[in-house]
Amino acid sequence: MASLATLLALVTGVPLAWLLARRAFPGKDLLSVLVLLPMVLPPTVLGYYLLVVVGRQGLVGRLWEMAGLGRIVFTPTAAVLAAFVAALPFVIRAAQGGFEQVDRTYEEAARTLGWGEVGIFLAVTVPLAWRGILAGLALGFARAVGEFGATLMVAGNIPGRTRTASTAIYDAVQGGRLAEAHLLALLLSIMAGGVLLFIGRIGRGSRW
Amino acid sequence: MSLEVCFAGRVGEFDLDVAFRAPGGITALFGPSGAGKTLTLRCVAGLDSPATGRISIGDSVLFDRKAEIDLPPRERGLGYVFQHHALFPHLDVEGNIGFGLRGMPRSDRMARVAELIDLVGLGGFEGRRPSDLSGGERQRVALARALAPEPSLLLLDEPFSGLDDEIRWRLLDELLQLHRRTGVAMLLVTHDVEEVRRLAHWLVRLRKGRVVDEGLAAELIPGRAPAAERTSRSDGDR
Repeated sequence: MASLATLLALVTGVPLAWLLARRAFPGKDLLSVLVLLPMVLPPTVLGYYLLVVVGRQGLVGRLWEMAGLGRIVFTPTAAVLAAFVAALPFVIRAAQGGFEQVDRTYEEAARTLGWGEVGIFLAVTVPLAWRGILAGLALGFARAVGEFGATLMVAGNIPGRTRTASTAIYDAVQGGRLAEAHLLALLLSIMAGGVLLFIGRIGRGSRW
Repeated sequence: MSLEVCFAGRVGEFDLDVAFRAPGGITALFGPSGAGKTLTLRCVAGLDSPATGRISIGDSVLFDRKAEIDLPPRERGLGYVFQHHALFPHLDVEGNIGFGLRGMPRSDRMARVAELIDLVGLGGFEGRRPSDLSGGERQRVALARALAPEPSLLLLDEPFSGLDDEIRWRLLDELLQLHRRTGVAMLLVTHDVEEVRRLAHWLVRLRKGRVVDEGLAAELIPGRAPAAERTSRSDGDR
């Protein structure tokens, strides 16, 4: 679920990050506040907003049901959605930083060599910003795995369906199964440490 | 083929009002820093747009505000050598030189890249990254990359700045030879009178965003060095 959420965050977050880094447009400040908001909002507030949007009375929720796709809340889809929204700001922030560090002269050089904008983005900008993008993905993935509050509110904690590692820990502690909680906590800590180690290595490696 | 430039207006923070021509051969756009030389070059390349005016090469119009023509850089068919070369750091020498040859069949592209590597004398450096090259080598890659798509005019923005003198004179000589062998017309931005003396056939003197002087370099700048004398003006026209 966290991988799927991170993938979604990659596909939507990287183009958004590029827009924020490279283009001026009306509403830019508002957009950058909106995409970063999940980072600072209490997870329950985030979960509540998600419920309002995708719940059975929410606009997206109703459209989803009318399209014959069933409900969203308390399904794995909802868990992915919560993790995605939590991961997105991390991906956008890091990728935006990566894009801002790419000297525009490289893009201009490509322009004088006959390239169009989409080609330049894929062949010049992304390869030169990959450190930032990768760091953002790693952080976003860690955040997606750790997502708890919003997940609980929109996806619940149904064993085998919407239970994530984070909600499973909560469940284990509540049920007095401390050994299980220990193990899961250890696994998540190792993963988080691995992510930080990984980001440190990208930062230090040879420049390209 | 002659470049004709006439435009005016604010570009970014700068007020430009220039009119000149570059009749072929090597034309120097000469003036102190802050004269608007680089900005003028960027307007010719299409990287910036002036408010009014017209830019044409021979019969093809690159920019004409009245006719609402403003070709994007990729359609202008010009080569550009940036001040700090702007070689793509993630590509090797071959990748950089071949970058403007997209759309060519692979075998043709490789043949053209090999031809250019030969032209600028970089045999054996094909797989090197820009970070592993000296300043002079980078400059040669930048020249080869800009020449690869056979531009009708090569724009050069202070290509010799930041190099120490010994390398600089050698590269200057190389550029002159390159000009003789390819016959490509050049528009060179420089603030160095010695570069003008050694390279330029035609001179356009710029000051505070205005053209103050234009004519044969030999007549405007006395005491030309023999290097430039060796090329006749006509071999740059095509």
